[in-house]
Amino acid sequence: MTGISPAVVAASKLGLTFQTNDGPVQALSNVDLTIGKGEFVSFIGPSGCGKTTLLRVIADLEKPTSGTISVNGMTAEQAREKRAYGYVFQAAALFPWRTIERNVALPLEIMGLSRAAQAERIKRTLDLVNLSGFEKKYPWQLSGGMQQRASIARALAFDADLLLMDEPFGALDEIVRDHLNEQLLELWSRTNKTICFVTHSIPEAVYLSTRIVVMSPRPGRVSDIIESTLPRERPLGIRETPEFLAIAARVRDGLRAGHSYDD
Amino acid sequence: MNWLKPSWQAVLAIVLCLIAVALGAIAAPKVDPLAQSAGTLIYPYAATSWLIFGALLLAALISMARMPSIVEAVVLFIGAHLVAWLLIGGIAGFEGLARAPYFLQLAAAWLLGWRCVAGLSSLRATAKWERTALRLIIPAIFGAWILIIWEAVTRGAGIPFILLPPPSAIGARIAGSLPVLGADVRQTIFKAVIFGYVVGSAAGFITAILADRVPFLRRGLLPIGNMVSALPIIGVAPIMVMWFGFDWQSKAAVVIIMTFFPMLVNTVAGLAASGHMERDLMRTYASGYLPTLIKLRLPAAAPFIFNALKINSTLALIGAIVAEFFGTPVVGMGFRISTEVGRMNIDMVWAEIAVAALAGSVFYGVVALVERAVTFWHPSVRGG
Repeated sequence: MTGISPAVVAASKLGLTFQTNDGPVQALSNVDLTIGKGEFVSFIGPSGCGKTTLLRVIADLEKPTSGTISVNGMTAEQAREKRAYGYVFQAAALFPWRTIERNVALPLEIMGLSRAAQAERIKRTLDLVNLSGFEKKYPWQLSGGMQQRASIARALAFDADLLLMDEPFGALDEIVRDHLNEQLLELWSRTNKTICFVTHSIPEAVYLSTRIVVMSPRPGRVSDIIESTLPRERPLGIRETPEFLAIAARVRDGLRAGHSYDD
Repeated sequence: MNWLKPSWQAVLAIVLCLIAVALGAIAAPKVDPLAQSAGTLIYPYAATSWLIFGALLLAALISMARMPSIVEAVVLFIGAHLVAWLLIGGIAGFEGLARAPYFLQLAAAWLLGWRCVAGLSSLRATAKWERTALRLIIPAIFGAWILIIWEAVTRGAGIPFILLPPPSAIGARIAGSLPVLGADVRQTIFKAVIFGYVVGSAAGFITAILADRVPFLRRGLLPIGNMVSALPIIGVAPIMVMWFGFDWQSKAAVVIIMTFFPMLVNTVAGLAASGHMERDLMRTYASGYLPTLIKLRLPAAAPFIFNALKINSTLALIGAIVAEFFGTPVVGMGFRISTEVGRMNIDMVWAEIAVAALAGSVFYGVVALVERAVTFWHPSVRGG
């Protein structure tokens, strides 16, 4: 890669075909994408456009059937083995038999950190997502938004530079979602992590991202990549500015273009 | 009529009571075996028949007055149990001579007991100790009335001892045979059942993990395990006795065969119970087979495993008792049941049954308590 920021994720000619009972389904086709360090990239598109599949390929939860993918300069599998990323799922997926602090400690236990190092990181990451004071609670004693924040803390706990988020706020109501978006941006600017964020909400994508990857279905492919011109410092009010609305209009156009052959 | 609060149980009890009085004596008189002159009759309930009538009527009437439910329940409790005690006490020496009024008054007392439990059940307890007390008292009264009716009917109607001994006789037999019962429990439960249960459940658990780890075992072993579970215990028990001898080891072998399969099937199902998302999560941590098993899949399987442990707690007891029918040293619950039936000592059989039921309930209860402690996080335990 050229330039000041080395590529965290580099995909070229990436394709993935699932073999199903109804014959092969092409989930990804010819995806070329480079994500630099410190970027906040959103993947947006209608259901079935392969945005989640792409994220899972980066995470080595799915194997591509063609093309290449590298994460931190390694293959995706090596990157996973080296715990190069934290993954946040659509649901919090916290273990109900563990307290919040033990849930956050889960990856640290698997990595074999000492008890003292675990305690230090748990405290730091729970502070980061504003969940201090809930260490001893069980997940089912917390609201949905708090559970999702705990799952973000868990993904942050082992200090990977890359954060992969698959519609993490999709199941939450709008007010909680706005609040968490704000907190996520603040967290991103404080930690300077690279974030890949799957969503199907245009305002969410525009509000959060430095770059928006618009995808379209059948076969899943990248139809447009939009660089955001918004500043890094983004109060919630920025969503009413003409600049914001212009970017949102471009995203909407991109989504519509991807759909046009379908109507 | 503001002070009146009629209940159908109390009204019916009064009606039954009046019919009983109209019909006359509670039980038939009999010839006094101790009297000097032949043919002297002695009459049952000479002193208590009006007391019974009065207690029933009074309790039923008072219960219908408007007053706090707890007072009503106490009045009914005293009335119903006093009458039952007088009826059962009075029939001593006159077994089998009871007439219709005896049963009518028993029914009336039972109705009052029913009303008492119904009143207690509708109480809204606020304090924790009150709820606990109610949770214990209601089934206790319920159970007591099963015993009261059993006792009163077997003695009043003179049901032959061989068919159904009264609970008092069974209780007396238990109290009088404690050393024998203790030895039987030691032989059957503390040796065969516990050993077989632990080994059988552990073997089922370990096999399930192996089948999960090694694909060819899953394909080959599960169908065979299925067949093992279908083996009739009646057929297997004598073979086990031939293989492992007369002592408890052969019974433990039967218990192992019976408990193995429920544990195998439940654990295999439980290991598949963790969600895709959680397993993907463990993959993103590059977690190996063993950490994933210990940190995710076994905790998620715990409700299934405890289900098997509960099923096995009753299966093990049945297996050990039945297996003892096919040869034992002269001790053991199954041995005692089979020989005492032959000697017509039905009360001893019932005593063993009672002890087995008690032991089985305690066993099950302990497993259920451990389950609540371990799977506290499961929606079925935490309630919501």
